[in-house]
Amino acid sequence: MTLGERLRPDFPILARTIGGRPLVYLDTAATAQKPRPVLDAVRGFYERSNANVHRSIHTLGEEATELYEQARDRTRAFLGARFREEIVFTRGTTESINLVALTWARRALVEGDEILLTEMEHHSNLVPWILLARERGLLLRYVPFDEEGRLDLGALDRLLGRRTRLVTLTHVSNVLGTVNPVADIVERAQAAGARVLVDGAQAAPHLPVDVASLGVDFYAFSGHKIGAPTGIGVLYGRREVLESLEPAIGGSEIIREVWLDRVTWNDLPWRFEPGTPPIADAVGLGAAIEYVEAIGREAIAAHDHALTTEALERLTEVEELQRHGPPRPEARVGVLSFNLPGVHPHDLAAALDAEGIAVRAGHHCAQPLMRRLGVAGTVRASFGLHTTSNEIAALMEGLRHARQTFGVRGGRGSVRGSDAVGAVSRLGSSAR
Amino acid sequence: MTALYGDVVLDRFRHPRHFGALTAPDASHEDVNPLCGDRLRVELRLGGEAGGSLAEVRFQGDACAIAIASADLLAEMAEGRTAREAGRIGQEDILGALRTTIRSSRLGCVTLPLTVLRGALARLSGSGEPGSEADSRCLAGKPR
Repeated sequence: MTLGERLRPDFPILARTIGGRPLVYLDTAATAQKPRPVLDAVRGFYERSNANVHRSIHTLGEEATELYEQARDRTRAFLGARFREEIVFTRGTTESINLVALTWARRALVEGDEILLTEMEHHSNLVPWILLARERGLLLRYVPFDEEGRLDLGALDRLLGRRTRLVTLTHVSNVLGTVNPVADIVERAQAAGARVLVDGAQAAPHLPVDVASLGVDFYAFSGHKIGAPTGIGVLYGRREVLESLEPAIGGSEIIREVWLDRVTWNDLPWRFEPGTPPIADAVGLGAAIEYVEAIGREAIAAHDHALTTEALERLTEVEELQRHGPPRPEARVGVLSFNLPGVHPHDLAAALDAEGIAVRAGHHCAQPLMRRLGVAGTVRASFGLHTTSNEIAALMEGLRHARQTFGVRGGRGSVRGSDAVGAVSRLGSSAR
Repeated sequence: MTALYGDVVLDRFRHPRHFGALTAPDASHEDVNPLCGDRLRVELRLGGEAGGSLAEVRFQGDACAIAIASADLLAEMAEGRTAREAGRIGQEDILGALRTTIRSSRLGCVTLPLTVLRGALARLSGSGEPGSEADSRCLAGKPR
C-alpha cells in the first residue's frame, strides 16, 4: 500500500462526492485538506481549553497559553530554528513577508538601495516590495529563469551589487514547481552583504526545511498549506535581526509598559503578535506538524517525488500538452502547471470539475511569471499526502475528455495589453 | 459533456460570428478579468442612418468559452442599435441568451465583454477616456 492510500482515511473530506464522482483533490498547493488529528485538536481546544492567552490566571487561561506556546515549540523544531524567540505567528505567508517589509526593511533600507527578487515570485512576494520601493525610492531587480524553470544564477551574481540590501525569493515556485537552490543563493547574497528572505509557502508541504543550515535571515510559510487551519502562519527571523526591530502594528501583547506618550516593547516573539492571536489555529498548526512528522518528512518527500515522476511521464502522453517547469523530477516538487493549446485553463478546470477533479486554473497570483511563459494562465495540479496513482490516471482521462469537448486547434491568438512587462515568449514551457 | 456549459456556449465558442478586428474602427477598448488574466478587445464601427447606430462590432481575445460566447452574443445584440441602446444591454440579457447556468465563480467571464463594450461606447461618445482598470493599477508602482 502506498503512503497516499494508507493516509486517505485520515482525511474526512475525501469521502465527499462531486456530482456523483469521488473527489479527486489536486489543489493542495492552494490549500491542503485537513487530517482528522488537526480537526480534533481545534475542536478539542474549543471544547476543553478555550481562553485567551498570556493574561488569564485561571486554569483555562493557563492551558490555552501552554497549548499556544507548545505549537511555537513544535514549529521551531519543524523549521530547524535554534530559538523559540525566532518563531513569530502571523496570519500566513503574506503577512509574514509584509512584516519583514514593514519592520526590518522599512527601517534598514534607504533611497537608492536595491532589492533583488526573481521573475517567479508569487504576488505576495512582489507587491509588498513594490509598495515599499515606491515609499522609499528603492530599486527592484529581478533574476530571470530559463526554459526549464531554473533561476539564472549567473544573472543573480551580476545583479548582486553593493546597494543590494535584500534578496527575497521563493523556495519552491507555486507555478513551475522548481526547487530553488536556496543555500547556494544565501551564500552568494550574504557574501555581497545582503539579507535573505525566503517564501516557503510551497516548500514547507513538500520538503524538509532547515533554516539554520540554509542560513536564511527570514523564512515565511502558511499553516494551511501543511494541513493546519487557515489564518495561522509563521515568520522565522534570526534572533539577532529580530531583536533590533520595532513592531509595525500597534496593540496589546507587543508591549512591556505603556504610558500616555510612550511604550517599551515586549520580548521576542510576542513583540510582533499584536492583539489576541489565532489561538485555536495555532493549536491546529501544532497538530498538523505533529501529524507530518509522525509520517516523516523524508517519506513525504519520497511520496511526492514518486507521484511527480509518474505525472510528468504521463503528461507527455497527452498530445500537444505544454508542461511548464523543470522536466526532471529531481529539480522540482509535485506542483505541475500545463497548458492544452486551444483549451482555456478555466474551461479545462471546469471540465475536470465535472469529473470530480479539483485543480487550479488561472494566473496563480504570479502574473509576471505568466507573461514570461507567454500565457494568460495555466492549469495546475498539485499533490498532497493523500494523492494516489489512480488520481493521476483520473486526471489524464479528464484531460482527454476536455480536449474532445473544447479542442480548437492552434488557439485563436491573444490580445496582450500595453502593460505587459518584458518580452512575451514561450520561455519556461516544454511542449511535448 | 455539452451539459457542462450547454450547446449555445460551445457553439459560440467553436464558431464565433463576431470574432476579429475592424480595419478602421470608430472606437476600441480592451480590459482584463483580474481573476484569470483574460484580456478582451472590442472594436466598433458606426453606420446606418446618419451614422447613428453600431454597424459592426468585433471582439478579439484568448479567453475562456464563457467569455467568448458572451462576447459573441453581446456583439450580435449590440449591432444595429444606437450606442445608447447598446449601453443598456446588461448581464441578465447575456445570461438569458447563453441558455445555461453560469456559476457565480464564472460571472466575471460574462461581465468582462460588457465592461469592454461600455468602455468602447464611452470613447465613442467622448464622455471621457475610461482607461483600462489594469493599466491604472499598474501605474501605481512600476518597478524601476
